[in-house]
Amino acid sequence: MTYRLGVDVGGTFTDVLLIDERTGLTYRAKTPSTTEDQSVGVLRGIEKVCGEAGIALADITQVLHGTTVATNAILEGKGARVGLVTTRGFRQVLQIARSFVPGGLAGWIIWPKPEPLAALEDTVEATERIGADGSVVIPLDAADIRAKLRALRQADVEALTISLINSYANAAHERQIAAIAAEELPGVPVSVSSTVLPEMREYERTITAVANSYVHPQVSRYIASLAAKLEDGGVRAGLYILRSDGGLASAANAADSPVALLLSGPAGGVAGAAWAAEQVGYRDFLTFDMGGTSTDVALVQDLQPRIGRQTTVGDLKVRATSVDVRTVGAGGGSIAHVPPLTRALRVGPQSAGAVPGPAAYRTGGTEPTVTDANVLLGYLPAELAGGEITLDAQAARDAVKAVADAMELDSAEAAAAGIVDIVNENMLGALRLVSVQQGFDPRDFALVAFGGAGPLHANALGKLTGAWPVIIPPSPGVLCAYGDATTMVRDEAARTYIRRFDALSDAELLGLLHELAEAAAATVEAQGVPRKEQSVSYHVDLRYHGQGFEITVPAAESDFAGAADGAGSGAGLAALAAAFDAEHSRLFSFLLEGNEHELVSARATVSGPRPSVAAVRLPDGGTDPGQARTRVTRIWVGGGHVDAGVYDRTALLAGNVVAGPAVITEMDSTTLVLPGHAATVHPSGSLLIRPVEG
Amino acid sequence: MAQIIQHAAGHVAAVDVDVVTLDIIENALRNARYEMDEVLFRTALSPGIREQHDEFPLIGDPEGKMVAGQFGLSVPALLGRYDGTIEEGDVLLTSDPYACDAAISHANDWLVVMPIYHGGRVVGWASMFGHMSDVGGKTPSSMPADARTIFEEGVVIPPFKLYRKGELNAEALKIILNQVRMPEWNRADLNGIVAACRTAGRRVQELCDRFGVETYLSALNALLDRNYRAMKTLLTTIFADGETISFTDYICDDGVGYGPYELKLSLTRAGDKVVLDFTGSSPQARGPVNYYINENLVRMFFGIYMITVADPQILWNDGYYPLIDVIIPDESYWKPKYPAALNARNHGIGRVFDLFGGLLGQKNPDLLNAAGFSSSPHFMYSGNYTSPDRKGEWFQLYSIGFGGIPGRPIGDGPDGHSLWPSFVNIPCEYLESYYPMRIERWETVADTGGAGLHRGGNGVDVAYRFLEPGTIAIHDDRWLTYPWGVNGGEPGARGRKWLERADGTVEVLPSKIHDVPVRPGDLLHFVTWGGGGWGDPLARDPGLVALEVRRGLVSADGARRYGVVLTEAGEADAAATARLRAELSAARPAALPLFNMGPPLPEILRRCLDETGLPAPRAPVAS
Repeated sequence: MTYRLGVDVGGTFTDVLLIDERTGLTYRAKTPSTTEDQSVGVLRGIEKVCGEAGIALADITQVLHGTTVATNAILEGKGARVGLVTTRGFRQVLQIARSFVPGGLAGWIIWPKPEPLAALEDTVEATERIGADGSVVIPLDAADIRAKLRALRQADVEALTISLINSYANAAHERQIAAIAAEELPGVPVSVSSTVLPEMREYERTITAVANSYVHPQVSRYIASLAAKLEDGGVRAGLYILRSDGGLASAANAADSPVALLLSGPAGGVAGAAWAAEQVGYRDFLTFDMGGTSTDVALVQDLQPRIGRQTTVGDLKVRATSVDVRTVGAGGGSIAHVPPLTRALRVGPQSAGAVPGPAAYRTGGTEPTVTDANVLLGYLPAELAGGEITLDAQAARDAVKAVADAMELDSAEAAAAGIVDIVNENMLGALRLVSVQQGFDPRDFALVAFGGAGPLHANALGKLTGAWPVIIPPSPGVLCAYGDATTMVRDEAARTYIRRFDALSDAELLGLLHELAEAAAATVEAQGVPRKEQSVSYHVDLRYHGQGFEITVPAAESDFAGAADGAGSGAGLAALAAAFDAEHSRLFSFLLEGNEHELVSARATVSGPRPSVAAVRLPDGGTDPGQARTRVTRIWVGGGHVDAGVYDRTALLAGNVVAGPAVITEMDSTTLVLPGHAATVHPSGSLLIRPVEG
Repeated sequence: MAQIIQHAAGHVAAVDVDVVTLDIIENALRNARYEMDEVLFRTALSPGIREQHDEFPLIGDPEGKMVAGQFGLSVPALLGRYDGTIEEGDVLLTSDPYACDAAISHANDWLVVMPIYHGGRVVGWASMFGHMSDVGGKTPSSMPADARTIFEEGVVIPPFKLYRKGELNAEALKIILNQVRMPEWNRADLNGIVAACRTAGRRVQELCDRFGVETYLSALNALLDRNYRAMKTLLTTIFADGETISFTDYICDDGVGYGPYELKLSLTRAGDKVVLDFTGSSPQARGPVNYYINENLVRMFFGIYMITVADPQILWNDGYYPLIDVIIPDESYWKPKYPAALNARNHGIGRVFDLFGGLLGQKNPDLLNAAGFSSSPHFMYSGNYTSPDRKGEWFQLYSIGFGGIPGRPIGDGPDGHSLWPSFVNIPCEYLESYYPMRIERWETVADTGGAGLHRGGNGVDVAYRFLEPGTIAIHDDRWLTYPWGVNGGEPGARGRKWLERADGTVEVLPSKIHDVPVRPGDLLHFVTWGGGGWGDPLARDPGLVALEVRRGLVSADGARRYGVVLTEAGEADAAATARLRAELSAARPAALPLFNMGPPLPEILRRCLDETGLPAPRAPVAS
């Protein structure tokens, strides 16, 4: 018997999912997250779920984990004290950043500038200089930097970043300084910019390497502590961490480049959505993960999430590969308000979060939230999270009434419906960012909704986007843990290599791609995946010579046939140019004919095999869902009250069709089916919501 | 007057729009406006747009009034002066400020205006302008510092149909691109601007499909009305009826030896309305620094200052414009007579920030910032490569510099940042990779930010080592008059530029100059100015002052301006600090001035040569 275990640590709950690989049967456990040391809650959850499954901890073969430790260190400003080494003349690289001030005209008046992640007093300059062509302009003064590193040791820096000008073209000086740092700052983890991000643009490379340093000590401590607790608890399995790009990395590998973990949590959700969508036969879909304070959305094509080169966490933007997840500050806890000057209805970005929480939670919150609006409209039943939270409908009504009064509306229900409409619109804005604005028509995609609040708003978002069917996976509240448990080991190697196509040959590019693939393959092999089980894919970033943004296109090795023996016809580059043109035309509706193509960077991604996890099959139950119907409730839709059936999701059978208006409840989530729509139960357990014909 | 051809019959009825739909449309328009930026940034080729984001989008209602955007240029003015028909698929292009009542203000800005049709009727306008790095003329980047007329500033494109019913006028474009030095940049940037406008057009059409034309157009009116009502309330709360307030600031010189130019702005509230009056400003400049300003831009600047603090979430539009009257005297700095030169108006645009801050801050303490980095100084470098591998190849750089954001009510001014939205600097590694130069220093200069309870941001020293022969050009200001401090804060330091020649000689460069030859090995220091300080420097936390000394943002000497004395270890010496603060306090007037503009102007002029290494400019005269 083999068991895989997925673990997702959220702000409130830790979700653990145990999958019997042979049968596909799953066991779930939810325990309160332990914020001081997350590994305590994780082990508790693992013990709980193994107890339910009746297996020993030693029976688990793999522990797959999405973690928010790195993210939280950034958001809470509780990372390490980072020392930074720059080239002389560039000590203030983080202070000046890109000189950018967010907001519109006069936005500078109200912008609070965040402090740099590495303080200026902990930043020292190396006397050295590398030219843009990689040549050494000024050799490194080793004695000078040694003395400065000693001073940093006196300042008790907990991590060190080395980021020198043009190091992407020649990393020799960075490496020399790293060797000196190993002697002068023993035990202090060092992030070298040319290793973390070998790309042009000094600020972006520096901030990415500094962010890596900033979260490094905490992430290492956490992973070490978790590994130790697992071992003490009797778990003999390998520990893998989900990275922002949706691939798994061994614990040791992950601890080494923690900046790649900043979106580990959302990536797990997207991976889980891919697993669920595949079961129901949809390979192109949008993901819609709505939680308490924010909503994450992404676009998945042919089961592959779109990958972005930038990761955003709060104010921080770093160049780290991640699933292209866009976040809006819209969730169940978003607060509705009416500014007196304009009397507009605004929802968010302020959030009541878990504390004080929505008014209906009776945990101290009094301001009207999206959750309160849902309670008032009858969409949310009285109990949440398996009975752990009971909702107070009157408190919700009182809170929403204040908004109704400010808007001079005659009923609290009308205000609540407005709040839901506005928050849906804010989330539609995010879905449009990943679809329409990238040249994709959402009507060509399905919509997979999850997270605590996603299924409640999913039907409405389907109507707004035209993305059908709306898929509600089984256990939508623990989908991240599902994703953690069903992804594969992956590593990528990338390099900036700026060459106009007329100065590049098929053979040269293929050689570079092979070199990168070799580096990634070695890493994956070291994580226990033998070469014969690995697969490799290639991507290149291209642009018209002179453009500032790149478009990523896949590179197929077969297009380069003949290049390896030096007989390359240029067919490989020609195919890339054609793919780029097609994408440019799709995105911007024009081409710059006559402008040369330019390679910016190349990337090889090496993956292990996808784990084989059998899917659950629900028994067939015909179209009538009567056995699952528990009662009838009154809900407010389209300006009035209607009767809606309430269904227990665990009692639904394959083939059942639940006609809207209906409310489908389960332990950690609630699905709303609107009038004129119906949810069909798929044998894999997912609900498929579609408009009813005619 | 343009004749707009519409095939739809009848009038679109006004309907009631519920507040939720209104907010949804508001949100969608805001998204569409940001999408316009994205499309252009990603497709542009010139560093000015692709790396620095020198562009401004707008979505208008059927009359051309801005309903979303950040810089309300005047579509109605352009249409009023355009003699011809407008049909679906047409795209207008112009670069002539004199042909559109200064919707754009110099010939480097190319303005694209496009009608948005739905069901055969005009439901709006999409418009965007961007700064072209080069539009021809006698000097690379087309900004001759000594220009007397617009004819010296490159190709000036009158409003014409770049696209007629969707079809490109390729020959006209060819004639235009034949005038410029980097035609592939202009072509790509223009393509991007048109693509951005078309994107906005599609978004507006989708909104009409989704909500119906009646609802969409009625919503626009409601959004305009929302701004109108909000502004009306603000005006009556903040300004006393009948009272006049004024503020004066300066442009240091005009590039041909005259200056400083006085910029005066007065505000009077009369009932529901306010009057903004530029009377008292200097006559038009002889050189190219004139800022020909559109009345609606004045309204826009005013409105943004008023509401940014009061309600940052509102979507900007023209709705409140009827509440503001604008008086701009003819043949003044703000409304020069054709064909006056206009290329270097960037200082004037920037100085409007300081002008409005100084004016409105007198009545609204939340808006009383010190003087900031109120320009977008330009640095240009061009030439032909001489190295064997690239011999003869032309290179051309146009870039914008950044400096000190002023001390603000909410805190210190950021060091070396942009006062303009969306602008970013060009990375050192990008510059070194694409241009024959090496950047030897890029850091803010200690003590250049004005001392204050909230320190002004420091100016920046960028040191460029040239690796190929060529010429450079500079457009800068605030080398003579000071970035003022407020509420007891001190002025920031002025900007400076000098060349260290490879042979060791040093040449101070004037703030506006072009065609300065440089040789390999020459080093240019381009030092921008700091922001003014806000509040009493003697009240600043001594621990913070000491920390900033360790950070290299303030020098140990500079700390004394805050009355702070440091120990050997670099900590604040409490006793010595108390003594120094008492001394400084006793030696100054009890009441600190609201504005501190540095020494009186005659004294600044008298000391000019000694302090700056440059001769004082002559007083401006009417031409």
